[in-house]
Amino acid sequence: MMKFAVVSFPGSNCDEDLYYAITDDLHEAATIVPHTTTDLSGFDVVLIPGGFSYGDYLRGGAIAKFAPVMPAVKAFAQTGKPVLGICNGFQILTEAGLLPGTLQHNRQMQFICEPEPLRVENNRTMFTSAFQDQQQITLPIAHGEGNYYCDDATLAKLRENHQIAFTYQNNPNGSVSDIAGITNEAGNVLGMMPHPERAVEDIQGGTDGLLVFKSLVQAHLRTV
Amino acid sequence: MFLAQVHVTYKPSILDPQAVAIKDAMHRLAFDQVTAVRQGKYFEITLDVSTADEAERQIEAICDQLLANPNMETYRYDIKELANQ
Repeated sequence: MMKFAVVSFPGSNCDEDLYYAITDDLHEAATIVPHTTTDLSGFDVVLIPGGFSYGDYLRGGAIAKFAPVMPAVKAFAQTGKPVLGICNGFQILTEAGLLPGTLQHNRQMQFICEPEPLRVENNRTMFTSAFQDQQQITLPIAHGEGNYYCDDATLAKLRENHQIAFTYQNNPNGSVSDIAGITNEAGNVLGMMPHPERAVEDIQGGTDGLLVFKSLVQAHLRTV
Repeated sequence: MFLAQVHVTYKPSILDPQAVAIKDAMHRLAFDQVTAVRQGKYFEITLDVSTADEAERQIEAICDQLLANPNMETYRYDIKELANQ
């Protein structure tokens, strides 16, 4: 069985959703680990959940980037194993410098909680291989600060290295280039604003999110 | 002891929708001559260090590492020595 770590910060609120998506729907092993953990080396995947870590004080993710667990997250990412940050997790990964750019307030200052049509821009990543290339999918978004911003040089680099994993079909928040999710240059760290863990059972309105986690299983099987 | 007064604001190129909403509210209050609003954050930080140079070195690092996100924000600060109590 694959071992998923779900890092829980004070104020995380999607940690249990992720836990149940991995255990009940993906049928792999998951452990919710506290923000004080300093060693993640026994895990195959690290998940940084959504929520409002440290109350979003200062900026989303600005305090979480100094949490005791973060050196372990960085060390884990350096080994090439997958790290997935969702929503507030994406904000934390940009603040920590594991992903480029930043998440600003939504263009219209509105917290948006809707199913959102997306496009899989790159299905050759550890997180998207179970999708078809350019597949149109629907995942819920739930954020007030999901407006992805980076400068032109960074955007050019993202495009050149095929780091844009997901885009919005109807840009809901003002993100540069409709970006909904990006990877790092090495391809083993993904940040995304939509919530795949909220689309893993039919009762949730769709199961497109499960394919993100199934992709990670495929990637793991290639390494063992 | 030194007191640092730090202002963090968005870079001019960054969309500031809160400031736009505030400006609209000013117009609703009939302050029609308001043409622009920028919103920022203000911090007062007291440091127990012996020189202004040391205070500045630390404030610069605090701004870079924590208070401002260099992708979208800039900062400025004033540092003054506090009279002995």
